[in-house]
Amino acid sequence: MEKGKGVMGSGGRRWGVDFSDNSTSRDIPDPPGFSRASLDQDDSTLSRQKKDAESNWKAQKAWEVAQAPMKNLLMMGFMMWMAGSTVHLFSIGITFSALWQPISALQSVGKMFEPYKDNKVELLGPKLLFIALNLGGLALGVWKLNALGLLPTHTSDWVSSLAPAQEVEFSGGGVNLG
Amino acid sequence: MAMTIRVFLILLLFLSSTHLSYSLYEDQVGLMDWHQQYIGKVKHALFHTQKSGRKRVLVSTEENVVASLDLRRGEIFWRHVLGTNDVVDGLDIALGKYVITLSSDGSILRAWNLPDGQMVWESFLQGSVASKSILYIPKNLKADKDDLILVFGKGCLHAVSSIDGEVLWKKDFVGESIEVNHIIQSTDEIYVAGFVGSSKFYVYGLNAKNGELLKNDHKALPCDTFGELLSVSGDKFVVLDKTRSKILTINIKNGEISYKQKPISDLIEDSSGQAVLLPSRLPELFALRINSHVLLIKVTNEGELVLVDQINNAAAVSDALSIPEGQHAFAFVQHEDSKIHLFVKDVNDWNGDLLKERVVIDHQRGNVDKIFINNYVRTDRSYGFRALMVMEDHSLLLVQQGEIVWSREDGLASVVDVTASELPVEKEGVSVAKVEQNLFEWLKGHVLKLKGTLMIASAEDVVAIQALRLRSSEKSKMTRDHNGFRKLLIVLTRAGKVFALHTGDGRVVWSILLHTLRKTEVCEHPIGLNIYQWQVPHHHALDENPSILVVGRCGPSLAAPSVLSFIDAYTGKELNSLSLAHTVAQVIPLPYTDSTEQRLHLIIDINRYAYLYPRTSEAIGILQREFSNVYWYSVDADNGVIRGHALKSNCIHKVVDEYCFDFRNLWSIVFPSESEKIIATVTRKSNEVVHTQAKVMTDHDVMYKYVSKNVLFVANAAPKASGEIGTATPEEASLVIYIIDTVTGRILHRMTHHGCQGPVHAVFSENWVVYHYFNLRAHRYEMSVVEVYDQSRADNKDVWKFVLGKHNLTSPISAYYRAEVVTKSQSYFFTHSVKAIEVTSTAKGITSKQLLIGTIGDQVLALDKRFLDPRRTLNPSQAEKEEGIIPLTDSLPIISQSYITHSLKVEGLRGIVTVPAKLESTSLVFAYGVDLFFTQIAPSRTYDSLTEDFSYALLLLTIVALVAAIFVTWVLSQRKDLQEKWR
Repeated sequence: MEKGKGVMGSGGRRWGVDFSDNSTSRDIPDPPGFSRASLDQDDSTLSRQKKDAESNWKAQKAWEVAQAPMKNLLMMGFMMWMAGSTVHLFSIGITFSALWQPISALQSVGKMFEPYKDNKVELLGPKLLFIALNLGGLALGVWKLNALGLLPTHTSDWVSSLAPAQEVEFSGGGVNLG
Repeated sequence: MAMTIRVFLILLLFLSSTHLSYSLYEDQVGLMDWHQQYIGKVKHALFHTQKSGRKRVLVSTEENVVASLDLRRGEIFWRHVLGTNDVVDGLDIALGKYVITLSSDGSILRAWNLPDGQMVWESFLQGSVASKSILYIPKNLKADKDDLILVFGKGCLHAVSSIDGEVLWKKDFVGESIEVNHIIQSTDEIYVAGFVGSSKFYVYGLNAKNGELLKNDHKALPCDTFGELLSVSGDKFVVLDKTRSKILTINIKNGEISYKQKPISDLIEDSSGQAVLLPSRLPELFALRINSHVLLIKVTNEGELVLVDQINNAAAVSDALSIPEGQHAFAFVQHEDSKIHLFVKDVNDWNGDLLKERVVIDHQRGNVDKIFINNYVRTDRSYGFRALMVMEDHSLLLVQQGEIVWSREDGLASVVDVTASELPVEKEGVSVAKVEQNLFEWLKGHVLKLKGTLMIASAEDVVAIQALRLRSSEKSKMTRDHNGFRKLLIVLTRAGKVFALHTGDGRVVWSILLHTLRKTEVCEHPIGLNIYQWQVPHHHALDENPSILVVGRCGPSLAAPSVLSFIDAYTGKELNSLSLAHTVAQVIPLPYTDSTEQRLHLIIDINRYAYLYPRTSEAIGILQREFSNVYWYSVDADNGVIRGHALKSNCIHKVVDEYCFDFRNLWSIVFPSESEKIIATVTRKSNEVVHTQAKVMTDHDVMYKYVSKNVLFVANAAPKASGEIGTATPEEASLVIYIIDTVTGRILHRMTHHGCQGPVHAVFSENWVVYHYFNLRAHRYEMSVVEVYDQSRADNKDVWKFVLGKHNLTSPISAYYRAEVVTKSQSYFFTHSVKAIEVTSTAKGITSKQLLIGTIGDQVLALDKRFLDPRRTLNPSQAEKEEGIIPLTDSLPIISQSYITHSLKVEGLRGIVTVPAKLESTSLVFAYGVDLFFTQIAPSRTYDSLTEDFSYALLLLTIVALVAAIFVTWVLSQRKDLQEKWR
C-alpha cells in the first residue's frame, strides 16, 4: 500500500526507484536457477486464485455473520419463554437485553461487515438478512415488552395521571354555625 | 373442605394484612408523636394536704373529668373522664379516703379511692323528675355506724352509706313539687329547704337515722325571688327579690321560718346596677356583686344586715376555709393591670390581712374566674396560704408566696376548631453557628448511633441513644423544613383563646386571649365559632406573614352580634378585629385570593344576605368576574329542606353597601318530614388534592371518577329512629342517604338502608363517601362505601387521542353538563362505635388513603381504604389479587397494630384533623378531645424518603471503606503489573 502510494506520488518526489520496473536491470543476468518468466506467470495466476478464494471465503463469512442473529433469536426466544409473563427483575433484564442487542447490532452493521468488504463480494444480501433478523429480534423484544404490559397501548396507560377537570362553578354553605 | 378454605382465607387475610399494618417499635414511641393530657376548666377543687403522704388537690371540671393533681408540680396523679352526658355536679371527700362524685343530674354517685383513683363503689339513685342535684356530706352524722352521704337528685333525697354506697333511706319530694335548694344538718336532724314556685319557702325536718319526717313549715315570701338561695350559716339564708333591689334574709330556727327584707340601697348609695349574689360560702357573711364592686355583708344573729366592706375591681371570692383556733379565712383577688392582688382575710377580724400578695400573671390568661384556698403551717408556726386560681382562659395556677408554683393550660381540653399554618422560611446564616457549636455533640451522637447499629452499644448507650432521638432539636425548630413536617397547629378553644402548637413537640409557641371573645357587659356569653386560613402567602407574597380569621359570636343564638379577629400566624398578634353590623350564620371561604393572597370569604347572615370580606375594591372586582359562578346552599335540618341559591345583585338596603349581596333561589329539596329527618351532612374538604380522575380497573379498563367539590352527602333517618339506639324497632327504622350536587340540586345517588339508624359519621373524599351507622336487624354497627363514577366520560377510550393529546378530559367542566353517574357500593360490619372519621390527606393525592377512625375507646384506628373497596369479591381473580383487592369478608378487620395512638388514649376524643406534609407519602394527624395527640402517618410507608433510623454514619463509613479498598487494590495491581513486566 505504502509502496503504491510512493509510485503514484512520484511526481512530487525528487527521485524514486521502481522495483517493479524490471526493464532497467535487464543487462544484469539473473541469479542461477531463477526464471523470471515462470515467476511472473506463477505469481499472477497464484494471486488471482488466492484472491478468488479469499473473496469466496469473505462472502461465505459475511453470510455466516448475517445469519448469526438467528441463533441469538432462538436463544432469546427460549430465554423469554423461561422468564414468564410477570414483571420482575429477571424478565425485565432479559427483555431489555433482547431489545438492546438488535439495536446495538443495527447500529454497527457497517462495522460488522467491514472485514468482508471487497469489490467482488456482494454484501447487500447478507446485510439485508442481518438487518431483517435483527429487526425480528427487536420485534420479539417489543412483543415481550407488550406481553409484560410495559407498553402504553391501553387507554389506562395514558389517563392514570390525568388531572381532574377544573370546575367552573363553586358552591359552599351547609348547616348554620352553631 | 369448607373448613380448609376458610382457614386458608383467614391465613390469606392475615398475610395480606400483615404488610398493611404500620405499627411502631417500642423505641419509636414519642419520636414523631406527642400526647398531652388535660382536665378542662375546674369547677370544684378540694385540697387534700395531710401532714404525711403526698399533697394533692382533687378537682372536677367542665369536661366531666375527676382528677387528682400533684400539689407540688401540677401533674396528674389519676384522672377519670366521665362521659359527655355524665356532668359532675358535686365533689367531696368522705371518710378521709374516698372521693365522692355526684354526676348525671344527681343520679350516679361514685366513690373513688383517694390515693390511686380506683372506683370503690357506684350507686344509681332512682328518681323521676329533673331537679337540682346536691351532694352533702355531713360531719359526724352516723346511722348504724355508717357515715352518711346525703344526696338530693331527681326530686328525691337519698341517704347513702359511705362505706358501700348502699341507699339507707330515701325521701321522695316529687309529690310536694318543691325545688330543694339546701340541705342543713343540725345534730340528728336534717333540714331540707326549698321553694315551691318562686315565693313559697318550705322547710322539712327529717330524722337523719331513718328519713322520717319530723316537721315541716312553709311561708309565703312577700315577693318573688331571683336566683339562687344562699346559705349563710346553719340556719340563715339570703336571697334576692325579683327586682334585684332587696335582700331577703330567711331564718329557720328549729324548723320555723321567719324572714326579713332590706333594700340594697340602704347598704350602698349607688345601687343602680344589677345585683348578683356570689356563690361563695362564708360563715355569717355573704358577697354581693353590684356594678363592678363586691359588697361583703354580714348577717348578725338577729338577721340584721351590716355592710362590712366594699371591694372594687374584685374578680373572685373563695369559700371560707376553717383554720385552727376557730378562725375562718377566705380569699379574694383584685386586678391591677398585669398584676393581681391576692388577699386572705379572717371572716371575723376584718381589719387585718392574713395574707396580702402581689402576683404577676401573664395578661393573656385574663381575669381570675375562681379561687380556692388552702393553708399550711410555715416553719415559724404561722399560717401560710396557697391559692388555686382558675383563669378566664380556663388555665389553672397554683400561687404560693407570691409566685406561680405551677400552671396548667387546661383550656386546651376544649378545642373548638383547628387549622394548620406554615412556619417561617429559614433565614440564611442562622443555623451554621449552631451546627458548629454542636459539632462535637453531633459527632458524639453519630458515634452512639453507629454503636447502636453495630450492636456494640452498652445499656447506658442505648438509653442515651433513645434520649437523643426523642429530644432531637431538629424536630422542634421554629423554621420550615424540607419535608413539611414542622408546622403550627392553630387551635381555638372554648375560652376564646387561640393557641399555636408546634407539631414537633407540641409546645405552645404563642397564645392569645382574644379580647373580642372576652366576657363583657355587652357580650355575656361569647363563643368562638370557627377558625379559617385568611392569608396563606406563597410565591409572590412570601415576605408577608400568614394570618388566620377567627369568627366569634355573643351567645349561642344565631341572631347574636358577631365578631371577626385577624391574627398573625407567626407572632400571635391580633392584626385587626371587627364587630360586625350583621349576624353570622355561615362563613364560606371562596376559592379565590387577591393579590396579597388574602382569601375571599362570603359571610351569610340570618337574613340570607352575603357580605364579602376582605372589604376591598379588588375583592369586589374578583367576585364580579366570578359572579355567575358562585352558589350557596343551606341545610335546614329542622324542616328537612336543602335549598340552593345563586348570587343575584347588591343588597337593596337603605344604606348602600357594595360588599353586600342578595341571592335568588335556584332549587330546593324537601324531604318528607314524616319519614326522613336530616341527621348528618358531609362535604369534601375544600383543600383536598386529587391526583387523577381516572381509575384503572384490573382488565386495563378505565372508569372516570366523578370528582366534584360541589357534592353533599346527606344522611336521613326515620324520625322515630333518630333517637338513641334501642328506642326504635327495625321495622320503624330506615336510613336514607343522598349524594347531591349543590350547584344544580341534582340528586346523584339515593340509597335506603332498611332497619338501620344513626348516629351517622361520614367522610367524603375524592369520589367516595364512607359512613358508619347502626344496623338494628344485625345488632351491629356497619360501614358502607359509595363510589361515584362518571359514565359519560367512559367513551374516551381511543389511545391515539391521548397520544396526540386530542381529548377534552381536563378542560373546565360545568355542573350543568349532566354527567351520567354510576355508583358502586358495599357494606361491612364494624365492631366499634365511632366518635369521628377522617381520611388522610397528602400533598399531591398520589398516596393511597387510610381512614382514621376515632373509636369509642378514645383511640384512633387507621384502616386502609382498600378494605372499603366496592370491587371486593369473595374470590378475587389472580389479576385482581395482584392489584391488591382483598377477598370480601363480612366485617372489617381491626388490627391492633394499626392503632396510630398505640398504647395511648385521647380521652374524650371529639375530632381528628389531617394536614398534608410536603413529603407526598406523609400525612400529619392531630386528634383532640380532653387530650391532644399528634403523629405522622405514611399510609403507603415512606416510599419517598429514608426512614428516621437510617444510619448515615454507617453509609459514610461504608463509602470511605470502599474508597480505601479501591485505592489499596489499585496500588497493589499497579505493583503486580510492574513485576509482571520485569519478568
